[in-house]
Amino acid sequence: MISAIAFYLFALMTVFAAIMVITAKNPVHSVLFLILAFFNAAGLFVLLGAEFVAMILVIVYVGAVAVLFLFVVMMLDISFSELRQGALQYVPIGLVVGGILLAELIFIFVGWHIAPSAMDNRITPMDQTVQNTEALGRVLYTDYIFAFQVSGLILLVAMIGAIVLTHRRRPGVRRQKIADQNARRPQDVLDIQKVTPGKGI
Amino acid sequence: MEIELSHYLSLAAILFTIGVFGIFLNRRNVIIILMCIELMLLAVNINFVAFSSFLGDLTGQVFTMFILTVAAAEAAIGLAILVVFFRTKGSIGVEDISAMKG
Repeated sequence: MISAIAFYLFALMTVFAAIMVITAKNPVHSVLFLILAFFNAAGLFVLLGAEFVAMILVIVYVGAVAVLFLFVVMMLDISFSELRQGALQYVPIGLVVGGILLAELIFIFVGWHIAPSAMDNRITPMDQTVQNTEALGRVLYTDYIFAFQVSGLILLVAMIGAIVLTHRRRPGVRRQKIADQNARRPQDVLDIQKVTPGKGI
Repeated sequence: MEIELSHYLSLAAILFTIGVFGIFLNRRNVIIILMCIELMLLAVNINFVAFSSFLGDLTGQVFTMFILTVAAAEAAIGLAILVVFFRTKGSIGVEDISAMKG
């Protein structure tokens, strides 16, 4: 009973926050509602018994991605009301596409039952004696080690890509160029001349 | 009143649809579109975790973490492209991006 109330609370708040994300006039409010949606989704994950993913969602999404969104929204000096002009023009087609999509998905999902034979095909059945985090670690670092490493590589590439994209070399800034300093040779910059007395160079 | 798998799947379907509708509604604002993509990925994550929990299989949660990783990378790259685009064009309108005609 309590879990049902909690589910409906979290679910309704998630849907409300998601609707506010797409309808809020101010993008800063959108980001804040996105954070609310993530928090409520983390609550749903806790209800489902996936504590580690819930905490990761809060830490990674709220702590990093949403704050990144907030930074970018506040950094860019844009008149957002201009961007909203003509937005209502696409509401009918959006409603049609969204309605069809929602109807299809609900049709599929409401009648969904897990086949009894599917239980035999589980790759990593949950061990109820260990905690969620420990069980996840046991699977992640053994069976999925390659995928884990690749996801780390994806993050590295994304980080380098973001730095390369946004890094800008400003003209007119004096910096020490150590490579140029080390490459200097006496014969390049020094010239020994014979000075004849009384004449100068 | 038992919460079944279909409850979670319906919630994920609603969230996904809100994400799709948000792209239509804010089709000139790239930042909101990126947020809508995050919402859709969240819906997919809810599906994964719900199936994982009701099936008793941990693999769904493992894949949720991979989706989180890819979503974080996508957000970082997307926002970086947005910042660079704003620097050169002075706007983030979607119709200005179509100048490339590639």
